[in-house]
Amino acid sequence: MTTYLLKRLTIALITLVLASMVVFAVLEIIPGDPARLMLGMNASADQVELLRNQMGLNAPVALRYLHWAGGLLSLDFGRSYTYSVPVIDLVRERIVVSLPLALIALALSTVIAIPVGLFSAGRHGRAGDTIAMGAAQLGVAVPNFWFALMLIYLFAVWLRLVPAGGFPGWSAGVWPALKSLVLPAIALALPQAAILARVTRSALIDVLNEDYIRTARAKGLPYRAVLWRHALRNAMIPVLTILGLQFAFLLAGTIIIENVFYLPGLGRLVFQAITQRDLIVVESVVMLLVAAVIAVNLLVDLSYAVVDPRLRSRQ
Amino acid sequence: MSLLEIEKLSLTIGDTPILRDVELSVAPGEVMGLVGESGSGKSITALTVMRLLPWAARASGRVAFDGIDILAASEDQMCALRGDDIGMVFQEPMTALNPVKTIGEQVAEGIRWHTRASRADAEDRARKMLDRVGLPSAQFPLSRYPHELSGGQRQRVVIAIACALKPKLLIADEPTTALDVVLQAQILDLLRDLVAENRMGLLLISHDLAVVTEMAERITILRHGEVMEAGDTARTLSEQLHPYTRQLAQASMHVPARARTHEVGQGNPLLQVANPLLQVAKPLLQVESVTRDYPGRRKSLLKRAAPIRAVDDVSLSIDPGQSVALVGRSGCGKSTLARMVLALDGPTSGTIRFRGEVISGKSEAELKPARRDMQVVFQDPYGSFDPRQKVEKLVAEPLHVLEKKPTNAERREMVAKALHEVGLSPRDMDKYPHEFSGGQRQRLSIARAIITRPKLVVADEPVSALDVSIRAQILDLFAELNQKLGVAYLFITHDLTVARAITDQVMIMHDGKIVERGRTSAVLDHPQSEAAKALVAAVPDLHRAITRRLQEQG
Repeated sequence: MTTYLLKRLTIALITLVLASMVVFAVLEIIPGDPARLMLGMNASADQVELLRNQMGLNAPVALRYLHWAGGLLSLDFGRSYTYSVPVIDLVRERIVVSLPLALIALALSTVIAIPVGLFSAGRHGRAGDTIAMGAAQLGVAVPNFWFALMLIYLFAVWLRLVPAGGFPGWSAGVWPALKSLVLPAIALALPQAAILARVTRSALIDVLNEDYIRTARAKGLPYRAVLWRHALRNAMIPVLTILGLQFAFLLAGTIIIENVFYLPGLGRLVFQAITQRDLIVVESVVMLLVAAVIAVNLLVDLSYAVVDPRLRSRQ
Repeated sequence: MSLLEIEKLSLTIGDTPILRDVELSVAPGEVMGLVGESGSGKSITALTVMRLLPWAARASGRVAFDGIDILAASEDQMCALRGDDIGMVFQEPMTALNPVKTIGEQVAEGIRWHTRASRADAEDRARKMLDRVGLPSAQFPLSRYPHELSGGQRQRVVIAIACALKPKLLIADEPTTALDVVLQAQILDLLRDLVAENRMGLLLISHDLAVVTEMAERITILRHGEVMEAGDTARTLSEQLHPYTRQLAQASMHVPARARTHEVGQGNPLLQVANPLLQVAKPLLQVESVTRDYPGRRKSLLKRAAPIRAVDDVSLSIDPGQSVALVGRSGCGKSTLARMVLALDGPTSGTIRFRGEVISGKSEAELKPARRDMQVVFQDPYGSFDPRQKVEKLVAEPLHVLEKKPTNAERREMVAKALHEVGLSPRDMDKYPHEFSGGQRQRLSIARAIITRPKLVVADEPVSALDVSIRAQILDLFAELNQKLGVAYLFITHDLTVARAITDQVMIMHDGKIVERGRTSAVLDHPQSEAAKALVAAVPDLHRAITRRLQEQG
């Protein structure tokens, strides 16, 4: 088990270093001079050159990489070119919106998908399964912003239960803040739940054909008990894989939903930074997301070992 | 009064009839043998008693267990019966246990479910049951996972699950087919004891007449979903009144006719003097003190356990046209040795010569000429073909090792010839593998093996997945090709009847070493080593079993 853990940890760290190099290199070769952008079109070449020196943009690449990476380790992401505030402040402001949103959406998606998957797999090929999977197909096909609009119409405009958009901040109290995250979380969760339900179903159907399911039935366990006690845990590995991928997406890929609900999240921050060539913000946020994805993958790998004892004893 | 009574049971799945008017009964304390070839409906009969049929199945007739009408019982009633009054043991122990639950949980689960016992009580009973089936707590604590056990040990766990609540009826569906003969004998002994202890009825399903004869007082023979013959085991099999019974019995004792056997260089001076040509013939394959180590399990980041020696200082040689059996229990290293002979794996030390050239440690390109002269036939005729390719392509696969690439027409001609030689029609070339039965598929893999006219064919348990009558045909085919093409065989098997049927020489392998070798009949009739004696003693023999039964009955 410790060997498995150490191995995964090493792989995660190596991935992180390689990813940081790639992020740095990509932004190096993208055209656009941050100094020129900050000073505007009217600045003279000398002024730009001066600023480039101040910002350290003229130092050798390797040196700049080390400087940047070293900063990341001490949570010093540098200063934003456009806002002239430390990047960490910008990120902190946004992550308190994006992280809870992603977590709520993920929890919702799991809570919807697993029972639907179990239901469908238990009725494989019969009417209930067809209907559930038809609904899931619809959930995958319909874009989440359309769901978002429908939800706003129903719950905010018509029933007036929750605000239609905006984020009051956590300082306004936990409940109002949560209320403004409910609709975006549902809008994000539905398509994810549809995908996850399909994965759960097909993993379960594979498992239900295994011999040990028959053994469990021969013990006298009712079908439903066999499904929950024997099939589900064996079907968890593909489900956990998809969950890991979905979390990464929910953390950063939510720009459309953030725009629909007017939420100040990470997605919008990156989007604005890209349009303004605020490279240091882009780099930092991308690195943060990379780190989050790697951490989640590590967590998923470790949960494999929790689910499957064979992975624990294998080297 | 019978415990289980099946009357006029008919069953269809969709529109396909599976069973027709099946009659069968089991009394308390009785062993009933249900025999038939694959597809005869014996497993479906068992699953009907458990009511674990596929949902498209429709059954009619009467199945009564202990006065309960099984076909009319509610699902709740069935759940109460399953695992409590009726236990079931399955064929494949490697997959019959849930890989993510400990053996303790799995044995205790049924006990808890049926008796509402506390976890501690249930685990206590599970412990006793595991002790009873020969898994003592010192080596097999409840916290073991299935993957930490061997096939035979897992089958004991499955039996413990099935017998944990002392069922009135145990259904065992091919319980020993996947095990080697020594394990088979142990498991059959265990089942026999459990029957005697609890006056349990046992419905033993098998395709192996010898196993059933040793175990069962009465026998029911099933074919195409219909009962052919039923009655007292010894009388049914000794009189062989029904033609199908006779056919089955003869097939399971079948020995292919072999015109000549190869005894070259094996202490037959007359032959050597009489035939100077044979005298100079060099061995086709020479294995010289070959050893293969596998790295031990990693204990921590830096430390590993001592390497595992799968093959230990083995030497052997095979002459051209000779047929040699390599026999041993599962895990003895015979398949590792075969992989090295085929140059699919390299030895840790020692050399392997094929046609006089060293083949160990060569690159794939250098091996190409050798590959032309050696081919392989695998155990599972279902798993060894790509289902999406046509027979022509599958059988022609080894042709890429030929020096000159054959034209399309030449290729088709070669495939047609190979198919003809194994008793299939050249027209079969445009079919897909699923259109063939198990026996026909094994013919296909033999056709694939002989298409390059190899000098040596390595066959890894080539008939153990086949029914007795098919097995007899395939053994005949091997014998015929040996005579006609002069191809040498290395048969890897744990089945001594196969070895006896078609090999001249036998080597007994145990713990990576060859512990005994010699003429097949001599070794099998008078085994010297412990390993060989154990193997020979464990083989169920139909003749012996019938004789013993008749003597017991007077």
